[in-house]
Amino acid sequence: MAQTYRRPALIDEALAFGGPIIVFDRVHLSFDEKVILRNVSFTLQTGHTKVFLGASGAGKSTILRLTLGLLKPDAGRIFVNGERIDDMEEEQLMNVRNDLGMVFQEGALFDSLTVRENVGYKLYEELNWPVEKADVRVAEVLGFIGLGEYIDRMPSELSGGQRRRVAIARAMAAKPRILLYDEPTTGLDPITATTVDEEIVKLRDLEGVSSVLVTHQLRDAFYVAEHTASRRNGELDFERADRHKANEAEFIMLKEGGIAFEGSAEELRAAAARDSYINAFLS
Amino acid sequence: MGPKLQEWIKAALLEVQEYVRLIAQFGRGLVTRPIYYRDIIEQFDEVGIGSLTVVLLTGMFTGMVLALNSGFTLDQFGARSMIGRLVSASMVRELGPVLTGLMVAGRVGSGIAAELGSMMVTDQIAALRALGTDPVRKLVVPRILAGLLMVPLLTVLSGAIGMVGGWVVTVLQFHVAGTVYWNSVVAGLYMQDVWMGLIKPFFLGFTIVSIGCHVGLRTRGGTQGVGRATTNAVVASSVAVIAVDFLVTKLLIVLIY
Repeated sequence: MAQTYRRPALIDEALAFGGPIIVFDRVHLSFDEKVILRNVSFTLQTGHTKVFLGASGAGKSTILRLTLGLLKPDAGRIFVNGERIDDMEEEQLMNVRNDLGMVFQEGALFDSLTVRENVGYKLYEELNWPVEKADVRVAEVLGFIGLGEYIDRMPSELSGGQRRRVAIARAMAAKPRILLYDEPTTGLDPITATTVDEEIVKLRDLEGVSSVLVTHQLRDAFYVAEHTASRRNGELDFERADRHKANEAEFIMLKEGGIAFEGSAEELRAAAARDSYINAFLS
Repeated sequence: MGPKLQEWIKAALLEVQEYVRLIAQFGRGLVTRPIYYRDIIEQFDEVGIGSLTVVLLTGMFTGMVLALNSGFTLDQFGARSMIGRLVSASMVRELGPVLTGLMVAGRVGSGIAAELGSMMVTDQIAALRALGTDPVRKLVVPRILAGLLMVPLLTVLSGAIGMVGGWVVTVLQFHVAGTVYWNSVVAGLYMQDVWMGLIKPFFLGFTIVSIGCHVGLRTRGGTQGVGRATTNAVVASSVAVIAVDFLVTKLLIVLIY
């Protein structure tokens, strides 16, 4: 919905860097007989990254859909940006979604719209920005992901990697403070996957976006957790993160709807020596 | 009751519940903001202009075959001059609305189910919601509105071109003077028939498009699911066209005759 929404200053202060921007409190969800999530609790701190790992069907993508309010939990509470969203009506959720961007599996670009219309969708259609201002922002985000010259292409004319990057551009166009990535690198070759990983790192480190990354591509998960982006004299630079920075990315391994492991990349590698499920995943 | 039957009843009730809910959301989307005007215009074009050719062709050939068939029968009684009455009465009351409905079901109903269905399985509908758009307002409201307003217009055109088709056959095959044919066409039309022919297509258009949208938005299971949804939409909306036609005819006979 188009109206702008103002958060109380106190909540804004509480949600500054390191504050609890997404909180899951004992969330339970099942479809018919099948339990998808069993008592899942975690907190994403502002500016940090949460990486969800696990086998297919372990409930990873469900967590993103719950965060957006596309699904409702059977029990438990979910807070996003300081607001409880699990019992919200669809109309109110539209306000919460203004601060969330989601990159869907395979991109989910609108295939009847051009790259420009896809990326600017929210600006043109929902926030009713003046066309000139929206055009500038679209060009800016396409420049950010390095696909400026593709602005008038249709999604069907793009490669798989380009489509994911356009999806990232669409998710970030309205400057949300939280980005959710659902398997952003699945099905991409390692070189293209790294370009997508770099976008995630850039958004986190240069724009201060809090991110939730769902993947089963460990290589990409470790890349995002252990790299940092900076801009020096206008030059973009990726380097290995120091230990403190790397600890800002927390891994959660889901197994049969529950949390099997929670900790940093380093702890995850150590846990693999003890736990056969994690080990099977890492090797 | 067997568990299979129970499952079936449950599934059927769920379908009905979801359909009714969609209609209620459509009603709300119609009267509250935001309204996506550009999409509405696009759908008017897609449903109205897009279906024009098939509807006109069907209408014309139906009128022609009506004139041909009734002409030979009427000829046995020396009543060639009455061909126009038969053509106009059947085109306006029944064949115009039903055949237009069936053609639109085949062209538009299937297209909507396929389009919304593939948007569903590729997560584009979820993406719309994530971007703050209500898919019912953006996709369903414009389509149903287009069906509601364009199908009656198409029906009128189909009836008109059917009479022209009848005129061609009557003049060329049966050598009846054009004025005799057109006088007979007018004589065969009663006001109630005209009302019947104008009111029915509103119901048909609404039914066809709402079923297409409902089936499309309930699509599951990848490309295979899209194929299934398309077939289901055509079958369901075609049957619904005939059934709704009967029910509305029955109702209108009670109300206006």
